[in-house]
Amino acid sequence: MVTTAKTISPPSDDKRWKIVEGMMRRHGYEPYALIEVLHTVQETFGFLTDEGLRYVAVTLRVPYSKVYGVATFYHFFSMKPPGKHTCVVCTGTACYIKGAPVLLNAVKDVAGINEGETTLDGKLSLLTARCLGSCGLAPAVVYDGQVGAKVTSESIRRRVHEYLESESEAEVQEAGK
Amino acid sequence: MNQEDLANIASQTRESDSHYDHVVKVCVAAGCLSANSDQVKTQLESEIKQRGLETCCKVKGVGCMGLCAAGPLVSADANDRMFQNVSPADAAAIINCVVENKPAPPAIVMDSKIDFFARQEKIVLENCGEIDPERIEDYIASDGYEALFHVITKLKPLGVIEQVTKSGLRGRGGAGFPTGLKWTTVFKAAGQRKYVICNADEGDPGAFMDRSVLESDPHRVLEGMAIAGYAVGADKGFIYCRAEYPLAVKRLRTAIRQAENHGLLGMNIGDTHFDFKIEVRLGAGAFVCGEETALIASIEGGRGTPRPRPPFPAQEGLWGAPTLINNVETFANIPPIIRRGGEWFASIGTEKSKGTKVFALAGRVKNTGLIEVPMGMTLREIIFKLGGGIPEGRRFKAVQSGGPSGGCVPEQYLDIPVDYDSLASVGSIMGSGGMIVMDESSCMVDVARFFMEFCMSESCGKCVPCRVGTTQMHGILQRITEGKSEEHDLELLQRLTGMVRSASLCGLGQTAPNPTLTTLRYFMDEYRAHIEEGRCPAGVCHPVKAEAEVIA
Repeated sequence: MVTTAKTISPPSDDKRWKIVEGMMRRHGYEPYALIEVLHTVQETFGFLTDEGLRYVAVTLRVPYSKVYGVATFYHFFSMKPPGKHTCVVCTGTACYIKGAPVLLNAVKDVAGINEGETTLDGKLSLLTARCLGSCGLAPAVVYDGQVGAKVTSESIRRRVHEYLESESEAEVQEAGK
Repeated sequence: MNQEDLANIASQTRESDSHYDHVVKVCVAAGCLSANSDQVKTQLESEIKQRGLETCCKVKGVGCMGLCAAGPLVSADANDRMFQNVSPADAAAIINCVVENKPAPPAIVMDSKIDFFARQEKIVLENCGEIDPERIEDYIASDGYEALFHVITKLKPLGVIEQVTKSGLRGRGGAGFPTGLKWTTVFKAAGQRKYVICNADEGDPGAFMDRSVLESDPHRVLEGMAIAGYAVGADKGFIYCRAEYPLAVKRLRTAIRQAENHGLLGMNIGDTHFDFKIEVRLGAGAFVCGEETALIASIEGGRGTPRPRPPFPAQEGLWGAPTLINNVETFANIPPIIRRGGEWFASIGTEKSKGTKVFALAGRVKNTGLIEVPMGMTLREIIFKLGGGIPEGRRFKAVQSGGPSGGCVPEQYLDIPVDYDSLASVGSIMGSGGMIVMDESSCMVDVARFFMEFCMSESCGKCVPCRVGTTQMHGILQRITEGKSEEHDLELLQRLTGMVRSASLCGLGQTAPNPTLTTLRYFMDEYRAHIEEGRCPAGVCHPVKAEAEVIA
């Protein structure tokens, strides 16, 4: 069982695959580790790439169709690269009745993107969450992993403007040259 | 590790804590952390160091104190002094107040005698806000793991189950199945291998009880699971936790490692023949995985789709083996039940609903946060006494319990006692404990549409009644909020609710109509205003029917 797995090499010599490989080894390359491994891929690469899904499928001996099915079934997994900044608006019940729709519209208005989309320059992704469990702080928004409490339409507009005016990855690289 | 070692750790920890004249506790659960309570803690520590008070004053990070809306919270001296909305700049004032008894700025002083705290009865949350969730010694010093030792050294599995049955504890995940009965079924089920699963996939929007327990007192859940493992004959447990709760996952993993290092989990626990290991499994954002068969499918690495029951997981669960699944709060109730006896637990609460229940109070209520009250308290007392009523002088309209599976309870039923059966009698459910208060600024048709949209998008798609039914009902509700509906839409909606309820495969579909049904029952006038007058009484929706026709 383990011997077959050892012969499969990662899609590229990117060192991050070592982390993924380590996770699969920890679970003895058992097919049931699929979701745990997909979490690791997303954590290390930021999103699930097609080559990543194929690598995991072959190594865990799970049909690619099933891997794809699992990756698309769960909301937490994303198959699109995230923007430089992310803005997650909580749309749980407490946030909803305290004005989450207004916040969502504010971001759409300023950035011109819908939920699940990234601005063309790759600076900002807009996402929604079912519930962050931060209902005492409603309405809540997660800016780049930090929970913002009692967010107002003005404060979210300000933050989105800041993100859009920040340097994009491409600009940073350009400046580096 | 044996019982003597455990007692030694407990007494040493208590002894070293007793050297301090003052212990300043800072909440480091997710709510307060997102308001920078970690910086408050650092600042308090450096303030104490600067003044050379290290020998008499100690700062401790603790779990959730409950009143999340007023965070970051700090308390001192057995909670006689409490501080709210604290910023790092307040550190000096707090130390002045605690050590030198100087008055603190009124803006940060909180009255610890208010109803929100005084009317609670804490069993599950007894250590929340008291102990450091990242130190096993703190848990042991609060009688932690004593129940586990008692069980594995003095009781037979059936003796444990007898106590749980006597306690009258019912599942805290929402359905309220008698816990003792579930344990008995798994105990009796034939099988070489059995499993224990803790359902920590708290998917109900508006509920954060389990998150707080896991972040504030993770060892309690591990202890409850180990006791369950001993009782039903399992040597392996899984905690299925939402990936959206990174802090809870981190603290759980820390707690498991500590328990293993202390010989409280793993092989030969307490020098007996009992082995029990626990692993954390991450969810990935699917509401349906709160359903037990879907949860099992997810732990097995597949899509979280439910399957018909029977066979129940108690007979055929994880990898076909008999499996005990309980929710976080259920397991958290086990150690105190064993420590103090099933009869003690059964003396709290109502005839058919024993013990206490943790609620996440949120929405249009003054004191949002976490509370634990004895079963049988009225909704009115919870919302208006503990919750402090509705802010901004608005009027109460409804309280929603049980998330997308529950219902909206109007003002006329505020005096019913909160227990499984009373809530069911008015069309709602106890649910896992989310309680969202709504005032006149909420449109009940829009709320019904909101929940239906949730169920529609979370339906796993396996069975037709749920997949298609929720979409159809959402379409009708959407039309009503837009003013594009006809009179027969209401009748169709009623019929669909009955069909989806009776024909769906799992709990998600079977309960999805509840928010719609209860709003139809109690707020029909709002539906009629949308349909007949093209008007939204709360001013949330914009039914455009009337004007559109005029223009045409």
